[in-house]
Amino acid sequence: MSESAFLLPDLDDNEALAFWEGCAAGELRVQRCVRCEWVAHPPRPMCPQCQSTAREWIATSGRGTIWSYVVAHPPLLAAYSALAPYNVIVVELDDPPAVRFVGNLVTSADGEINEIDPHSIAIGEPVRVAFASIGGVALPRWVRA
Amino acid sequence: MSATSNTAIVGIGQTEFGKGLAASELSLACQAIALALEDAGIAPGEVDGLASFTLEPFREVEVARSVGLGDITFFSQVGYGGGAACGVVGQAALAVATGQCNVAVAWRARKRSSAASRPWAQVNSRISDNGQWSRVFGLLRPVDEIAMLTRRYMYEYGATRDHLANVAIAARKHANRNPNAMMYDKPLSREQYMDARWISEPLCLFDNCLETDGGLAVVITSVDRARDLAQRPAVVHSFAQGLPRQHQTMTNFFTADPLRGPAWATADKLWANADVGPADVKVAQLYDAFSPLIILSLEGYGFCARGEGGPFTDDGAIELGGRLPVNTAGAGMSEAYVHGFNLVLEGVRQIRGTSTAQVVGADVSLVTSGEGVPTSALVLTEDR
Ligand SMILES: [Zn+2]
Repeated sequence: MSESAFLLPDLDDNEALAFWEGCAAGELRVQRCVRCEWVAHPPRPMCPQCQSTAREWIATSGRGTIWSYVVAHPPLLAAYSALAPYNVIVVELDDPPAVRFVGNLVTSADGEINEIDPHSIAIGEPVRVAFASIGGVALPRWVRA
Repeated sequence: MSATSNTAIVGIGQTEFGKGLAASELSLACQAIALALEDAGIAPGEVDGLASFTLEPFREVEVARSVGLGDITFFSQVGYGGGAACGVVGQAALAVATGQCNVAVAWRARKRSSAASRPWAQVNSRISDNGQWSRVFGLLRPVDEIAMLTRRYMYEYGATRDHLANVAIAARKHANRNPNAMMYDKPLSREQYMDARWISEPLCLFDNCLETDGGLAVVITSVDRARDLAQRPAVVHSFAQGLPRQHQTMTNFFTADPLRGPAWATADKLWANADVGPADVKVAQLYDAFSPLIILSLEGYGFCARGEGGPFTDDGAIELGGRLPVNTAGAGMSEAYVHGFNLVLEGVRQIRGTSTAQVVGADVSLVTSGEGVPTSALVLTEDR
């Protein structure tokens, strides 16, 4: 890989393309079974509840709470090392319940991932999704709700 | 009783441990296997079974023709890196038990300098696999993934950095008795632990395993044959693998109960197959790429209830002389990190009575592989 690059989703060959298209459209989407409505995240080709292959993407509220977080320090890939220490959080959505996303807590959609004092972050804090444009890709970020 | 209980580990071999060793992984593997066969008193030409990691950068044929092995009638590989060590040993034992081969060798050789050994550092910058749900957000390394679970664990159960320090210090104390350990002459104090630099908060430098070059191997054959061999056999009393439902490797944040990892499913089968239980275990080698995995494993394998793994480590309980000595050669954090294969050899030494931190009366010896990934475990016992 290029040492200076951030890692980004591949939008050319990706079965989760609809998720990233949703981000570009300002929606945080999850995959749902057409037959039984069981929500799967991360997505997969078959519903583990009813074995249907009929899948659809639905928009979520984009609201949740911080389930856990880390503060990353070097050694890291170069692009991330330049921002360290930075936070990475796991958010548990309010709805659908028990769906979790990895992301970053920022002060605004286009804020840097290292601008919040990591020691101010607390498990259980309410957050909402916001979308940043990084390298031409819309990435979900999280701001305090 | 497990199908493997008529098999035993009869030979162990290991190269030196270090950083930047000149020998290739293939050479390290061959050296370790030859040493294990010499230890067992079995000629290379008798070997007819092989089990290894999918992460090995070379194929079995290279090993077989270099070491001068016989006609191989069983060969298998196990994936998931640190989850594989007990898996390859157990599969080799199953192959012997079912007659697919008579003498099997299992090994792991690794070089830190090898790009193939550090998957996190050699990714494409565009991701379409499961990394798009975590790595894109800077959750890059195994330590970040385990730190995420650790923070949640500390929140739910009140575990502290002192508990994590207990794990690191116990391993180091044991390594300080083991001349082959990379940290043999480097003591670790609680102050050093608390002052260490962060890697991924809440985990610091000393919560991480070492990076090591080295090779290790074991030889497995039937208990009947073992009784005629030089070494005291370590019977493969029970063996299990575990890939729990809805598990996602390392980034297991998406299940209903992420803190109940692969150890639990593995333990269910391991103890079901055994004539012994956790209360009978005298010494345990618990996979330790990161210190919190010990705490989770103590719970998963049934030594304490959920949430009690932290306090379990207090008062020297996991040190030699404590109620359950853990990682008695120093393990991944202080002996060598070779994807946990060195834990298998230490489990065998405890049964033989030859550990540098020998537990008196160690007739039941548990060895586990990586928590956080599809994993495996072994119960080794004396021949009785
Ligand atoms: Zn369904």
